[in-house]
Amino acid sequence: MASRLQALWGWFDARMPSVAEQWKIHAAEYYAPKNFNFWYFFGSLAMLVLVIQIVSGIFLTMNYKPDAALAFGSVEYIMRDVPGGWLIRYIHSTGASAFFIVIYLHMFRAMLYGSYREPRELVWIFGVLIYLTLMGEAFFGYLLPWGQMSYWGAQVIVNLFGTVPFIGPDLALWIRGDYVVGDATLNRFFALHVIAFPLVLLGLVVAHILALHDVGSNNPDGIEIKKLKGPDGHPLDGIPFHPYYTVKDLVGAVVFLAIFCFVMFFVPEVGGYFLEHNNFVPADPLKTPDHIAPVWYFTPYYSILRAVPPLFNSQFPGVLAMGIATLILFFLPWLDRSPVKSIRYRGSLYKGWLAAFVVVFLILGYLGTEKTTVWGQFQVREGSLFDMLLDTKDIATWAARVCSVVYFLFFILMPWYTARDKVRPVPERVTA
Amino acid sequence: MSEQTKVDKKRRNLVVATSVVGGVAGVAAALPFAASMLPSDRAKAAGAPVEVDLSKLAPGEMAVIEWRGKPVWVIRRTKEMLESLKAVTAKLTDPASKSSEQPKYAENEYRSQKPDVMVMEGVCTHLGCSPQLKSAEAKAEMGGDWAGGFYCPCHGSKFDLAGRVFRGAPAPTNLKVPPYTFLSDSTLLIGEDQEKKGA
Amino acid sequence: MKNILLALLLAPLTALAASGAARLDQSPHNPRDLVSVQAGARTYVNYCLGCHSIQYMRYNSLAALGLSEAQIKDNLMFTADKVGEPMKGPLDAKAAKTWFGVNPPDLSVIARVRGADWLYTYLRTFYRDPNTTTGWNNAVFPNVAMPHALWTLQGERALDAKTHKFSELSKGTLSVTEYDATVRDLVNFLVYASEPHAANRRTIGIAVLFALGVLFIFAYLLKKEYWKDVK
Repeated sequence: MASRLQALWGWFDARMPSVAEQWKIHAAEYYAPKNFNFWYFFGSLAMLVLVIQIVSGIFLTMNYKPDAALAFGSVEYIMRDVPGGWLIRYIHSTGASAFFIVIYLHMFRAMLYGSYREPRELVWIFGVLIYLTLMGEAFFGYLLPWGQMSYWGAQVIVNLFGTVPFIGPDLALWIRGDYVVGDATLNRFFALHVIAFPLVLLGLVVAHILALHDVGSNNPDGIEIKKLKGPDGHPLDGIPFHPYYTVKDLVGAVVFLAIFCFVMFFVPEVGGYFLEHNNFVPADPLKTPDHIAPVWYFTPYYSILRAVPPLFNSQFPGVLAMGIATLILFFLPWLDRSPVKSIRYRGSLYKGWLAAFVVVFLILGYLGTEKTTVWGQFQVREGSLFDMLLDTKDIATWAARVCSVVYFLFFILMPWYTARDKVRPVPERVTA
Repeated sequence: MSEQTKVDKKRRNLVVATSVVGGVAGVAAALPFAASMLPSDRAKAAGAPVEVDLSKLAPGEMAVIEWRGKPVWVIRRTKEMLESLKAVTAKLTDPASKSSEQPKYAENEYRSQKPDVMVMEGVCTHLGCSPQLKSAEAKAEMGGDWAGGFYCPCHGSKFDLAGRVFRGAPAPTNLKVPPYTFLSDSTLLIGEDQEKKGA
Repeated sequence: MKNILLALLLAPLTALAASGAARLDQSPHNPRDLVSVQAGARTYVNYCLGCHSIQYMRYNSLAALGLSEAQIKDNLMFTADKVGEPMKGPLDAKAAKTWFGVNPPDLSVIARVRGADWLYTYLRTFYRDPNTTTGWNNAVFPNVAMPHALWTLQGERALDAKTHKFSELSKGTLSVTEYDATVRDLVNFLVYASEPHAANRRTIGIAVLFALGVLFIFAYLLKKEYWKDVK
């Protein structure tokens, strides 16, 4: 039996040697640093979640109806009448949030260890493109259940595009396919969510991994392992990805799946953060809910958008700020002027700024889920100077403004503080 | 055994063990996806048995009932109609319904539980068209010795009043008899019989 | 660093202080008590279905509560012929809009929108109010368009605007404890109806986590064995 299988493989390999070749290049003889730590699980986990979303998505599409009159009902149909449908739906909803948790941690690893630095700028750029595509994919997907949050969230976001000077209203009309979010919008968002953006995502992920493998992986010490090669031509501090990291990533995947399944089977709504309560009310174009918030993974940027007051009678400055907050990520490789890559060898300036960045990102994220009145009002005397200067007395809005400033300063001041920072000498060989 | 072979054996065993556990988990994970393609509660509800009130069905009359998207014919057969069944036996492809589809209680000369109530699917066993009722009066159209039955307009198959197919027709077997049961003398339930409740 | 994280973890609690919502009683329903859910189904069909459809529930899905098809047909099916049909109410949407100003919402997933505690409190805090069109108002949902559908059971009450205390105006057919139990069962049914597979979900979850635990042991041993090579 074994020799027959070997003969079969031999027949195949003789006709398509690139399969074995690619396996060698990307797995069996891809030498990765041996000191990958916890932060290095999230790349393979992101791929796992992508597969989970595609498979569960395909089966949802078998029963979902992308029609404004039928969509909400079809989701309940899946939850109740389709055998195992409830499980597939929860896999997909949990997976959507899990995707963003994994991606945020994956991106944070890059910031910790300078994985975006030369020669990996292109890996980073493809990565940011994946992030943006993922945000679009999530946005289109969220309209599909056709609940109140789906509808009004889409209405608000599309109207943001309407604030772009000159072309705004036409742009919003073109996106919607109608004067308000409606059946036309739902149908096209379905097409984009189910096929267009997943194809783009797959292509970008392939590019991301190829770009990485072409230059080799970074590591927690931020040193280039290819500088020190052994007599066999392989990096001294490198180990083949297969079997060492396939076996290690398997453990990571099982732990991740355990957490994922715990959430999915016991608390799929996660208090209204993964499945929003108001989205169980069918979309009503005539009734706006009194609290519209995007899903948690968009809230940091939503906070920034809300923090910027209308200028020149336009909401566009807020939209611009939100856009720049995401796009500024592209420039990270060139903003970072430190002679070292990894946080392990950086000084306290960078550590302080990174800590501040994380804190404000989390605060902005939290504030984005709540109304601007969540932290109450400043008590200001009527007619006083403060009363005249303050356009709003909401404490939360001012907190969001401060946090937004810190967020942008993290990037804008980076060329200065990374160059000035006291760095420690990096080791020759990797450390644990 | 050398150290290396011991290690290799241990690794192979661990790989096999993990693959088996992982494989089982994988199959278990695939089950709900495969199950989701089975008929849903909505499909099952739509395919549920249909009750028919027979009290208004006069002798010689035929009612067409929709069940699972198909036309089911319910005929109140007269004594003459039942007599005519014996006369045509020689002209039939499968007079004893040996190759045709019907429940056990329809494997008799009348192909029904009660002789005077005939229940059968109005779907031609050739390629699925629905044949037309041609009563015994239609002799001009169907031929001098026509005793009543059905004619399929698509390719010309002919069936008698028990749904049995005439020789020379492209249809290979007799019309299918669905499961059915009598809830009372005047109420017929199509789609379910006494043994298999919930089929 | 730890302090910052702690502060961040506790920050969401401030939302509770700022929400300003009415205080809710905790619903005492027990999802495992199927008899309670059955009683709730009966209350629903008799007092609620007239205006509120629960269209994503099929009559035969009540069989999972331990009811036979015959029991469902005899006691619970007023608006359909076949047991596989959805539980739609007979109220016409247009007529409802004219009479109540708003179409009574479908309640299939109301428990996921409002939560059990809100529903339990809402159904027990109606009071007489001469200023509204229906003559009723509600402490949890001010100026609600819905009249007190269960008033014959609870009786009529008034609410003192200053003390926020209820006083009895007339007796219903049920005592306070009996009425609370009826509402508890009704809420139990609504929670069940909003996610009929919930119990199944939790059971399967336990099995899955156990299986993943076993898989983890093997995967971990496998990893440890191979990583002996790496110094």
